[in-house]
Amino acid sequence: MTQLPTFTKKKLGLVIDLDTCVGCHACVISCKEWNTTSYGAPLSDVDAYGADPDGSFLNRVHTFEAKQEGCSAQTVHFPKSCLHCEDAPCVTVCPTGASYKREEDGIVLVNEDHCIGCGLCAWACPYGAREMDKVEGVMKKCTLCVDRIYNENIPEEDRVPSCVKTCPAGARHFGDFADPTSNVSILSAARGGMDLMPAIGTKPVNKYLPPRPKADITPELDVLGPLMAQDETAGGFIGWLDRTLERL
Amino acid sequence: MTKHHQPLLDTSPEVSDEIRQTTCYMCACRCGIDVHIKDGKIKYIEGNKDHPVNKGVLCAKGSAGIMQHYSPARLNNPMKRVGERGEGKFEDISWDEAFEIAAGWLKPIRETAPEKLAFFTGRDQSQSLTSWWAQQFGTPNYAAHGGFCSVNMAAGGIYTMGGAFWEFGTPDWDRTKLFMIFGVAEDHDSNPIKIGLGKLKARGAKVIGVNPVRSGYNAIADEWVGITPGTDGLFILALVHELLRAGKVDLDYLIRYTNLPFLVNTDNASDESGLMIRDENGKEMVWDRVAGVAVPWDTKDVKPALHGDQTVDGVTCKPAFQIMADKYMTDEYTPDAVAERCGIPADRIRKIAAELARVAFEEEITLDIPWTDFKGEKHSKMIGRPVSFHAMRGISAHSNGFQTARALHMLQILLGSVECPGGMRFKPPYPKPVEGHPKPHHTVTPGKPLNGPHLGYPRGPEDLCIDEQGNTKRIDKAFTWENPLSAHGMMHMVISNAHAGDPYKIDTLFMYMANMAWNSSMNTSGVMDMLRDKDENGEYVIPHIIYSDAYSSEMVAFADLILPDTTYLERHDCISLLDRPISEADAAADSIRWPVVEPDRDVRGFQTALIQLGVKLGLPGMTNEDGSAIYKDYADYITNHQRRPGVGPLAGFRGKDGKGKGRGEPNPNQIQAYIDNGGFWIDHIDPENAYFKPWNKGYQEWAVEIGIFDVEMPYVFTVYQEILQKFRNAADGKGALQPPDHLRAQLSATMDPLPIWYEPFEQSIVSNEEYPIHALTQRPMAMYHSWGSQNAWLRQIHGTNPMFISGELWEEHSFADDDWAVVTSVHGEIEVPVVRMDALNGKTIWTWNAIGKRKGAWALSEDAPEATKGFLLNHLIHELLPSKGDGMRWANSDPVTGQAAWFDLRVKIKRVPPPNFIQTQPDIPAQASPVGVGPKTVSYGKE
Amino acid sequence: MHPAPSVIIFTSLSGLGFGLIFWMGFGLPAVNGMIVVAVFATLGLGLATIGLLASTFHLGNPQRAWRAFSQWKTSWLSREGILAVLTLITFFIYACLWAFLDIRIAALGWLSSALAAGTIFTTSMIYAQMKTVPRWNVSSTLLLFLIYSAAGGALLAAQMQAAGALLAILAVVQVLAWKQGDYAFAKAGHTIETATGLSALGKVRLLEKPHSGTNYLMKEMIHIVGRKHSAKLRVISIALMAIIPATLILALDAGHIIAALAIVLHVAGLFAARWLFFAEAEHVVGLYYDQR
Ligand SMILES: Nc1nc2c(c(=O)[nH]1)N[C@H]1C(S)=C(S)[C@@H](COP(=O)(O)OP(=O)(O)OC[C@H]3O[C@@H](n4cnc5c(=O)[nH]c(N)nc54)[C@H](O)[C@@H]3O)O[C@H]1N2
Ligand SMILES: Nc1nc2c(c(=O)[nH]1)N[C@H]1C(S)=C(S)[C@@H](COP(=O)(O)OP(=O)(O)OC[C@H]3O[C@@H](n4cnc5c(=O)[nH]c(N)nc54)[C@H](O)[C@@H]3O)O[C@H]1N2
Ligand code: SF4
Ligand code: SF4
Ligand code: SF4
Ligand code: SF4
Ligand code: SF4
Ligand SMILES: [Mo]
Repeated sequence: MTQLPTFTKKKLGLVIDLDTCVGCHACVISCKEWNTTSYGAPLSDVDAYGADPDGSFLNRVHTFEAKQEGCSAQTVHFPKSCLHCEDAPCVTVCPTGASYKREEDGIVLVNEDHCIGCGLCAWACPYGAREMDKVEGVMKKCTLCVDRIYNENIPEEDRVPSCVKTCPAGARHFGDFADPTSNVSILSAARGGMDLMPAIGTKPVNKYLPPRPKADITPELDVLGPLMAQDETAGGFIGWLDRTLERL
Repeated sequence: MTKHHQPLLDTSPEVSDEIRQTTCYMCACRCGIDVHIKDGKIKYIEGNKDHPVNKGVLCAKGSAGIMQHYSPARLNNPMKRVGERGEGKFEDISWDEAFEIAAGWLKPIRETAPEKLAFFTGRDQSQSLTSWWAQQFGTPNYAAHGGFCSVNMAAGGIYTMGGAFWEFGTPDWDRTKLFMIFGVAEDHDSNPIKIGLGKLKARGAKVIGVNPVRSGYNAIADEWVGITPGTDGLFILALVHELLRAGKVDLDYLIRYTNLPFLVNTDNASDESGLMIRDENGKEMVWDRVAGVAVPWDTKDVKPALHGDQTVDGVTCKPAFQIMADKYMTDEYTPDAVAERCGIPADRIRKIAAELARVAFEEEITLDIPWTDFKGEKHSKMIGRPVSFHAMRGISAHSNGFQTARALHMLQILLGSVECPGGMRFKPPYPKPVEGHPKPHHTVTPGKPLNGPHLGYPRGPEDLCIDEQGNTKRIDKAFTWENPLSAHGMMHMVISNAHAGDPYKIDTLFMYMANMAWNSSMNTSGVMDMLRDKDENGEYVIPHIIYSDAYSSEMVAFADLILPDTTYLERHDCISLLDRPISEADAAADSIRWPVVEPDRDVRGFQTALIQLGVKLGLPGMTNEDGSAIYKDYADYITNHQRRPGVGPLAGFRGKDGKGKGRGEPNPNQIQAYIDNGGFWIDHIDPENAYFKPWNKGYQEWAVEIGIFDVEMPYVFTVYQEILQKFRNAADGKGALQPPDHLRAQLSATMDPLPIWYEPFEQSIVSNEEYPIHALTQRPMAMYHSWGSQNAWLRQIHGTNPMFISGELWEEHSFADDDWAVVTSVHGEIEVPVVRMDALNGKTIWTWNAIGKRKGAWALSEDAPEATKGFLLNHLIHELLPSKGDGMRWANSDPVTGQAAWFDLRVKIKRVPPPNFIQTQPDIPAQASPVGVGPKTVSYGKE
Repeated sequence: MHPAPSVIIFTSLSGLGFGLIFWMGFGLPAVNGMIVVAVFATLGLGLATIGLLASTFHLGNPQRAWRAFSQWKTSWLSREGILAVLTLITFFIYACLWAFLDIRIAALGWLSSALAAGTIFTTSMIYAQMKTVPRWNVSSTLLLFLIYSAAGGALLAAQMQAAGALLAILAVVQVLAWKQGDYAFAKAGHTIETATGLSALGKVRLLEKPHSGTNYLMKEMIHIVGRKHSAKLRVISIALMAIIPATLILALDAGHIIAALAIVLHVAGLFAARWLFFAEAEHVVGLYYDQR
């Protein structure tokens, strides 16, 4: 239903730690693997072994380079899936009501049985979080693994999105942003969790933790001088050696 | 429509009918996986959260296992070649016929000249079986791929401290505060390293990445050191210089746990020059500075001196420590002296040295865990220096890699940070000193097994694999004066030596799981030519090639006989303590694979096929008196084979009752016990035995108990390595065994008993003006060498590999987006697309490894981007160096270990516009596909 | 944005069709007689319907297209669908009465005109609402669509004077729209740095796409190749769709031939302009690919 709920009891989403993401694409494939046999239609791959392979993915990892004048550049791996926006424009543009935001937890989903594959919601999403499946002709997007996180057939500690469970570096965190005491709220507050393209007004739920400052770009104060000063007292190196041995 | 309403959703769908737990093999990391089976098909593969390696996580490759398993490139039957080598034309045959053909070639040579079989295995994890098989066959020509992979890392570690990084050791991720990682893109420990980095990041511990390229792990490093390739040794020795200068080394640790106090013979005229002074029992001596006499090093309460010239029994000598300090405290190693060559400002070097010192000594940690050392001394707590290191091929794949690895280990040891809390820790069966390893064997007796294991760690010239005339016994020339400590063999030399008939001709080349006609060879085009070259009689120069692969790879096209393997989900395997186990720093562990789905093709697990071939050949150990099989297949072998009484391939659940750990009779239900336990077995080390393992009495006892050692084997770290000095002495004309004259200078220069740096060979030979640029490859995290390209999901991530050009070179050559470049080395030329990268050492270009594919391979269409836009850097690399003008072609290898020097490559680049018809060069003509081309569309999960 | 032929055809033809309907609602052209009315009405209905049908070609599941009428409360596409159908029905009744019974119910005509205008407005809003496409997300988009329709409709309705004037206005509005559009992205302020949140780290650029090949997003939202010739195409399109026809009409005596020529030129120019409307539109998602 294209009207956004006025209020969602929970705001489930992800924290993605750009300081920790090594760009391994594990989350990309795990997401594809889970979702191709789960929610809705499979995620197809067209020309799978040919010249121009083109498949549907719900999560992709970009690699950026950032550089300040006169400093060395840094590389940032940047995973991106649906941010489950509070003011999700992808939902309100949908003519069929296939796109909707869940009242209970804020997850934005596509009801594939109603989707006509017009593509308008993908146009409306600033983040490139929706992809039309070429074989099925329906819009695909991150489901926040709604069929895992509440799934009673899955052990309780594994009831997290597939991408979160698999991320080897622990760069992805799942939780409820409506609860200020949740893991994600705390982490986001502590590490300056940020919104992507805030000016566009989508109010994303997912937050990104910025990379910590790099010592080769933002040099730390040099407090180490004295530590490495040569022992100038008697005997130089040999003197030091003897005195130290004596103490052992 | 005023009220928000939404569809009803089943949020608790049934995931699968059953979970089968086995071990991933999309790479050699060996994570535990839960394979969900639904309606007989694989529904989902996820990490096994109880598994010691991956603790529930999985990498991209692991999650793409479904696509690997159902790959259209899978081989279906045994095949024999019908076209010419390299064409890819085959005829399906039965297994009986395949064994018939193989035995037809192998039986006669075993009876007459077993060395005419060269059996080399690639990325496999069953070396304890394959090496044993080769030994039973009787050929000296066996090795796995370690020689071109990372033997520098392994040997550098073993010869210095009885273990290395790689699969031998790991940082103490939970306690380390400063972690320095050299030359790693991915490594074998893929997931553990990522899990570990995640832990450091969560704690806010600092990571320093030393790598010409800032990607992957280096992208998240808190400090990036964009070093110039091949200069790590110099950088490390400058750090050592700084630490020594400032007196920031752990003398207590050095005295207790290293051979640095040992007295070294300083009489240049002596045959024993540079070797340790020993007492009449052969015990190394130290100078007791209180008593003023030389005593055996392990004398109780000895106070060894670390400096001072002494004379013992008329021989002049001094402690190794002094030789070391004198060496590294010279101006040669000041930060200022090395800065420019390393591409690192001197101040940065000083700062990093200071930071190492600060964390090691000012942030010392202690664990209130008492322990007892091998001398019986009791310690009330464990003192930790929370700096740790890790390194891999960025260091080891250079011709100075062995000594660079040693330098890094020396740095760790000087800081006292090996095997202490917060430092780097070994994983059982390591630590294991050189003495704990076999020596190489090479004595051939027709019709009989070889006289011992092929590979090992020589203790001196007497252990080389050469005959009395100095002729090499092995086809790969491992363990010769040219590369004496080639502990893993030299697989990269096999094809060219066999082709040249140097040192002799062979009859059958038998390979397994190595794409030697493509990405695992240097000089790929040359190797393809050698494989299809014919002699004057029109016969192939290498007469027979048997190859086992599971997929339609480039190498398949060059084989005469194909033994098709299963996929990793269809076979038994064991990841054994006898080989490369999955142990943790505080536990021994091993694991299995088992057929979680049955093959639907006429394929057999290679190990089973190998055992069956052994039976057909009547090999001892596999065959009963009456010629019948001792083991019907690999599973049977895994269960019942004993290497030593009570010690077999699997350490867990031994004995009839399944309660035996490490030792015990075979248990007929062992494999089922592993399956019931999640596919692995683990035995934890008690906390008081978990650190200081080489010297920890409790650890040593435990290691004997579970069968790692037969006797306790405490030892000290050999920072000063005498074995190397023995070769130098030989080069100086000392001793009975003498190297050929042309190798004396090289041996003297490189077999230094203390770590050194020398310029990488290619760099020292080619003109640095003409070839000013370093060219490298990196492993992509989401691809495993060549075998990921058949994977419909993974190939979308890395279907092409541009050449990344540093910003500096980009501007120098005025490159623009979409440009291409001609890249030339002394050996060859390639034409490839380029991309700018600023976070890259200014003198360096690089690309992803093994993405380029030959047309027609891997069931891809011939216009696949892997074949049109992808490329191999290997065309620029050669197994031999260009001639130095001495009329000889020296190996492009480390002179100590024979490790292939992939990353020594020097090139020049020229900007060219993109070709009208997109095609990288060289463009190798297509091979025929014995399995056809994969389907147009994949919709996995659609019934 | 990818200039999908179906969408270009849809928006162009239905714009013309609803434009003609708009004029006919006012009883223009002031014709009588079954045949003539029927021809004009069929043209209007036909163009609008072909346009609507063409729009279903780019649907993944056109068999469910009926569902698109359900979300009028929020979705401009839904509103457009509803209005389009209402317009067609209203106009159909109006035209039938007019053609076959010669009864022209003015109120019904005005209703059709209003509905037609409303339909065009909703169409324009589909684009104008897209904050993700700054070039579209401006006031001129609304004006442009309405004037396109009015002018094209006037041409088809043989209202040559009006058409001439509207085409002249169209030329001006189009030029202004292009100008406004050219600055829109920068004005919206979205950059690769705001998209990634990495501005504190310096100048950001893409090093590697998430996949070495292409994907739906890149095919749909990023269209760089075509844009290379946009300056030339702008001249051609505005000349064809507005300046030449307007000149012909205003300068020469508007006969059938001139009218027919003007229509042909206008439609050709319209397709080109519409192609540009998509091809030049940059979606913010391109920022993640460092390609707009
Ligand atoms: N330029 C450059 N070249 C390099 C390197 C580099 O850094 N740069 N690295 C080198 C190193 S370290 C290595 S280890 C080599 C690796 O190179 P290879 O050892 O050749 O590795 P792969 O390409 O993985 O090929 C192994 C073969 O095993 C087959 N295979 C896969 N699964 C199975 C199976 O289950 N059973 C059987 N029987 N076969 C299977 C694959 O189909 C493939 O043909 O590459 C080397 N080449
Ligand atoms: N995903 C994946 N994992 C793999 C493999 C794979 O193919 N894919 N292959 C497996 C195999 S066989 C191996 S051997 C391991 C190898 O694992 P790695 O050691 O990580 O091997 P490479 O990818 O070759 O990475 C070498 C790194 O060293 C850097 N480097 C090159 N020269 C220098 C130098 O002079 N100094 C420094 N400091 N750095 C340098 C390169 O930039 C690169 O980052 O990975 C294993 N794991
Ligand atoms: S799995 Fe984790 S580390 Fe890997 S790309 Fe995804 S978020 Fe980054
Ligand atoms: S990220 Fe895109 S698809 Fe997801 S809710 Fe926001 S606008 Fe919609
Ligand atoms: S593609 Fe489907 S979900 Fe998206 S707007 Fe159209 S109907 Fe709605
Ligand atoms: S939450 Fe689930 S659907 Fe969303 S990106 Fe992660 S794995 Fe994919
Ligand atoms: S690192 Fe990945 S591919 Fe390798 S074993 Fe683990 S999950 Fe499998
Ligand atoms: Mo390797």
